Amino acid sequence: MANKEIDHITGVETTGHEWDGLKELNSPLPKWWLYLLYICIAWAVGYTIFYPAWPLATSYTKGILRTEDFPDGYSQRIEGQKAFNVGVAARAEKSKVLASASLKDIQSNPTLLEFARANGKAAFGDNCAPCHGSGATGGPGYPSLQDDDWLWGGSLDQIQFTLTHGIRSTSGETRVGDMPAFVKDGLLKKEEAELLADHVLSLSGGAAPADAAKAKQLFADNCASCHGDDAKGNQELGAPNLTDAIWLYGGKRANVVETINNGRKGVMPTWGGRLDPITIKSLAVYVHSLGGGK
Amino acid sequence: MANKHDIFERHSWVLLIGILVMVAIGGLVEIVPLFYLKSTIEKVEGMRPYSPLELAGRNIYVREGCYNCHSQMIRPMRDEIERYGHYSLAAESMYDHPFQWASKRTGPDLARVGGKYSDDWQRDHLINPRAVVPTSIMPGYPFLAKNELDTNAIKAVVSTNRLVGVPYTDEQVEKAVADLKAQANPDDPGAAEVLKRYPKAVVRDFDGNAGKLTEMDALVAYLQVLGTLVDFKVYDDKANLR
Repeated sequence: MANKEIDHITGVETTGHEWDGLKELNSPLPKWWLYLLYICIAWAVGYTIFYPAWPLATSYTKGILRTEDFPDGYSQRIEGQKAFNVGVAARAEKSKVLASASLKDIQSNPTLLEFARANGKAAFGDNCAPCHGSGATGGPGYPSLQDDDWLWGGSLDQIQFTLTHGIRSTSGETRVGDMPAFVKDGLLKKEEAELLADHVLSLSGGAAPADAAKAKQLFADNCASCHGDDAKGNQELGAPNLTDAIWLYGGKRANVVETINNGRKGVMPTWGGRLDPITIKSLAVYVHSLGGGK
Repeated sequence: MANKHDIFERHSWVLLIGILVMVAIGGLVEIVPLFYLKSTIEKVEGMRPYSPLELAGRNIYVREGCYNCHSQMIRPMRDEIERYGHYSLAAESMYDHPFQWASKRTGPDLARVGGKYSDDWQRDHLINPRAVVPTSIMPGYPFLAKNELDTNAIKAVVSTNRLVGVPYTDEQVEKAVADLKAQANPDDPGAAEVLKRYPKAVVRDFDGNAGKLTEMDALVAYLQVLGTLVDFKVYDDKANLR
């Protein structure tokens, strides 16, 4: 401005604007603030030189930053993958031993057992707890893994197989058992199902039904082929033991009747494609060690 | 120099045009290249547009605001890769309009939730999350299992998606309603055609209620496909690292 006007009281230049006799001081920005702004601008320019930044016609500038990790310029993906690989590498030595170790090897090697259990526990929280519960105690429809009642077997290998391929899953080698919908599909009458339910409940301490002979015959004709003549189940077919007091879908009469009426087709997903073999083995060791492992 | 900004301060229209120019430069540099740079979207095997049932489920996902608490974006960081699997690729959401990356995780990331839990669990959990996860703070959505799925709009939804760039074929648009119904019913004669038109689609009675096509069918079908399409066995990680 041609004629600078200085405010006499503060000694600061005014902007020259006037509103009803009031004039605005032209206070400059604090120097430290201003230089900080300039530094930031310089930093931004430097950033676009060192890091990927500017779009080009078919590609983009990769930046001039080159390190051992980033031979073609910085990449968040490489950085993330590297960090992940560091974790994998830290576990590599023990993982390698674990991969080929038998149950005996693992149990006789405290370091390895601890490693597998810790690894398995972390994976359990991430992947298994939503269904089986954070304490692995299960819930209606989702088996407890704390007890020694196994549908498909409780050896380390069996648990590992179940984990890898799942139950009624999309895996080609999935475990498949079939509890038919006896009443819905017309294999049994409603009264017969109820009689059977009473019989099944009597196997684990319930009162025997009035027509016990008929119930036994019904059981032999319809149930024994999978659950066994002694009703103790068959782990080859995933048929549960009916003589204990452990009930996956509830032990009330109504629950058992419902099971016979409509069948049960619980699904456990296949983890083979999602988790790596070491994680699966660690999970198997963890689950095996929860108390029920065979 | 001190007074060059006078012109902006004294003329609001000049200020407005100045702002527009600045914002346009930002857009040109940051947004436009994403449309023409081939490297924006990785080359992958297996991505396909959503089947009509999955798309209907996706609309329910958006309607119920699931994105307010769940992200679908696994970032390239160690903890996320350890927990959720391979970091998300741009290609995995290329048929999402709008994308569901979201920005807040009150619940877990869902980018790879497909196949992680059984349909039964998804259903139990959506009806009452506390039934399976006692400490969950997610609200229940029991009405999804009761509401019949509205199939009237699906053809329009599919063709609208085509309008914004999803490569649906004429046949896929034409058969949208039939495919939607067939995917939730394994006994439907059209089930095989769904698989032909939408490879890797899962044909299943998702809501465990064979007689009825509900919103639960659609939402569970959508959740079960998330993250399952890209075949990471043949994915060239190196070629797409950037």
